[in-house]
Amino acid sequence: MIKKTPQKTDELLLSFKFNSRPDQLKLVRAKVTETVTSCGCTGNTIQDFVIAVDEACQNIIRHAYQGQPDGEIILEICKQNDDIVVLLRDFAHTVDPNLIKPRDLDDLRPGGLGTHFMQEVMDEVTFMPPPQEGGNLLKMKKRIT
Amino acid sequence: MEYEIREVDGASVVVLQGDIDLETSPQSRKVLLECIEKRSPVLVDMSGVTYIDSSGIASLVEALQKSRQNKCLFALVAVSEGALRVINLARLDKVFVIHGTVEDGLKEAASS
Repeated sequence: MIKKTPQKTDELLLSFKFNSRPDQLKLVRAKVTETVTSCGCTGNTIQDFVIAVDEACQNIIRHAYQGQPDGEIILEICKQNDDIVVLLRDFAHTVDPNLIKPRDLDDLRPGGLGTHFMQEVMDEVTFMPPPQEGGNLLKMKKRIT
Repeated sequence: MEYEIREVDGASVVVLQGDIDLETSPQSRKVLLECIEKRSPVLVDMSGVTYIDSSGIASLVEALQKSRQNKCLFALVAVSEGALRVINLARLDKVFVIHGTVEDGLKEAASS
């Protein structure tokens, strides 16, 4: 379980640990779909969570672990009153959140869209203070009612 | 992801199916760029695309840029609802040429 989370009022819906490999993402998307559907989410809301988690995992795999396939990623999904909170923990080198910014969409070039997608589909995307044990903790939140 | 390439009236119709994500987008990139190298019109049938992420969108953008260099048509056709939503999120719906059907795409290819 990710330290400091969930809070006492949270209902933990999913805790899933996987390796930093692209071939894990299909399974991750299926887990997210199943979890948020069980909370009553439908249609675009389900897709929003899938997009946000998939893009966040991509960033961890590509930028934090830099393609190293045996890095550990922990995904937790909690229900917090009317919100669904997603936590993604990795154990790679700590990334400076100030360096993670969406690119200018008018600049037509391949790549650089992941952070923009996450911010578009979630209500909040927050890079939490680096955990004492190192690595990174990302928190994303979206109201579902 | 699975793909199929059909040569129709001088155009390459690339049918992409399944999920285009970090695992499979290198393959979609390779297939699209190889078709564009032929310098004939390329239509990408996305009716069977069940999911596309930013890496998949990147492969489409790179193919579009290459097609502009080669001065050949590159269009998306019959884009699935889920894929179109991601294209809209990227604000690329006005950047790509998008047709509702393969037939409409072939009409433009014939006149290009």
